[in-house]
Amino acid sequence: MLRAEVDVRLPDLHLRLDLRVDDGEVVALLGPNGAGKTTTLRAIAGLRPLDGGRVELDGRVLDEPASRTFVPPEQRPVGVVFQDHLLFPHLSALDNVAFGLRARGLRRRAARAAAHAWLERMGLAGVAGARPRTLSGGEAQRVALARALAVEPRLLLLDEPLAALDAGTRVRVRSDLRRHLADFPGGRLLVTHDPLDAIVLADRLVILEGGRVTQTGTPAEVTARPASRYVAQLVGVNVLFGTASGRHTVRLDTGGELTLADALPAAEVAIALRPQAIALHTHRPDGSPRNAWPAVVADVEADRDRVRVTLEGPVQATAEVTPAAMAQLDLVPGARVWASAKAVDLVAYPR
Amino acid sequence: MSRAAPRTDRRAAARPPRALVPLAALTVGFLVLPLVALLQRAPWSDLTELVRRPIVTDALRLSLVSAAVATGLSLLGGVPLAWVLARSRLPGLSVLRALATLPVVLPPVVGGAALLFAFGRRGLVGEPLEDATGFVLPFSIWGVIAANTFVALPFLVLTVESGLRAVDTRYEEAAATLGAGRWTVLRRVTLPQAAPSIVAGAVLCFARALGEFGATVTFAGNLQGRTQTMPLAVFVALESDRDAAVALSLVLVAVSLAVLVPLRDRWLRA
Repeated sequence: MLRAEVDVRLPDLHLRLDLRVDDGEVVALLGPNGAGKTTTLRAIAGLRPLDGGRVELDGRVLDEPASRTFVPPEQRPVGVVFQDHLLFPHLSALDNVAFGLRARGLRRRAARAAAHAWLERMGLAGVAGARPRTLSGGEAQRVALARALAVEPRLLLLDEPLAALDAGTRVRVRSDLRRHLADFPGGRLLVTHDPLDAIVLADRLVILEGGRVTQTGTPAEVTARPASRYVAQLVGVNVLFGTASGRHTVRLDTGGELTLADALPAAEVAIALRPQAIALHTHRPDGSPRNAWPAVVADVEADRDRVRVTLEGPVQATAEVTPAAMAQLDLVPGARVWASAKAVDLVAYPR
Repeated sequence: MSRAAPRTDRRAAARPPRALVPLAALTVGFLVLPLVALLQRAPWSDLTELVRRPIVTDALRLSLVSAAVATGLSLLGGVPLAWVLARSRLPGLSVLRALATLPVVLPPVVGGAALLFAFGRRGLVGEPLEDATGFVLPFSIWGVIAANTFVALPFLVLTVESGLRAVDTRYEEAAATLGAGRWTVLRRVTLPQAAPSIVAGAVLCFARALGEFGATVTFAGNLQGRTQTMPLAVFVALESDRDAAVALSLVLVAVSLAVLVPLRDRWLRA
């Protein structure tokens, strides 16, 4: 089990987070570029010493500046699959996998035999003699995984394992990776900026923004209740932040007021609103919707069968309408419209 | 049309400004003409007899052996020095680099004189060395090797240093996470990746040692069979036996080309 209190000061980022990965668990560290994801991984691997805090694996302290403890990377039972894989270009796939075993003192013949078994397990026996540059992206990724697993680490770290792949192979490699990761008994920590990778591969998500954890939970929890604009954008849901102004009404930070069907769970709330639940009109709608507000179209993004409309005004949200509605409403940037949402479509949760 | 654009661009890039062509041709002429003159002056009919003379064979053997040993010594000491220059963060590293480069710009005669003051029989180190062990460096093949090493070492150091700088250190990190200690990382990841630069540096070093004249004649003297290398033999023969001098020169040109041509290939491929 990994327990890390990471404190690293970079020139333009102060990274501070607590992280825990249990045996058998897959945790995804998800966040925008520059949030400190890779630095966190490097700190745990021992490639970037901590400035404060501690890293502890199975009860053994690996890094703790306060007690001047630092276990160098080559002595940590931590395997790393790097972004771009970093397979040694001068060695064959087999010798890449055997490298760690050789470095740990195994004889060449025994190391190669063990490496061969790993390649077979990954379905790569056919490319054992190949140089890394002749491998496909998916093959290189599996060789990198085999290389990291061959030394039987207690913890596996994966830095953007799918980023180097093109969209076509990505889907298949992702499901392969999921299968291979399932066989590994220790903890697994995965860094990614792709929510789909995180959701497919991980049991638990840790959202990292600007060097801090902004949310953690199962993929279902995080996607249902995004705690930040970043996560909301990732999962394609509007999140509006506000303060209770009544049992069912919320005054938004951006100025508007919304009414909900259910009573509010807290004074400070976030409201999730699906883009499909927002209707657009040319005039103020009369009748059923209890929430209506004037808006200015900031941006229109047309897909094949749906149109995403970014709205400015007292309620800042993205609406999704049909191409027919777009033509009818004459939705162009700068256009003034009315937007509405039903009270039952608004879901509030504590901020 | 847009597809054809890159090809047009490439062709334009390969077409030099007109003024460059005659200047480039002139330079080629300047470099090649002396070689042509050498070939034209060559005593082709007597050549096989000439290159079998002791003055030629002694000098060739001595040159090849001393240049090879100097290259070996340069590898032994120069690769570690290159590593320090490329990787360490010692204070005064730029001074160290300047010192390591000095023999490239220093007149070799000055280098030879300096070696004499250091390792000569009355030298700073030479005198106590002789008192203690009876070993005398100058005017022996060891003197030739010392002069060659002094002059040729910087070529290896500078080449390997830039090669080491180009090595992606992320591979070394990957090796560390696989359990490799510093020595294993150096031996199995860093040096193999820097191998082309080490080969190139060794070849340059060997070629420079082969052509060494000034430091050798100053520090090791000019004794046929003991310290007279090819360049020294050419210089002596120019006074007494011009045909032998030309033959010696041709042998040197041939050996140098044999060393440099594969190197050029290696660079172009890299």
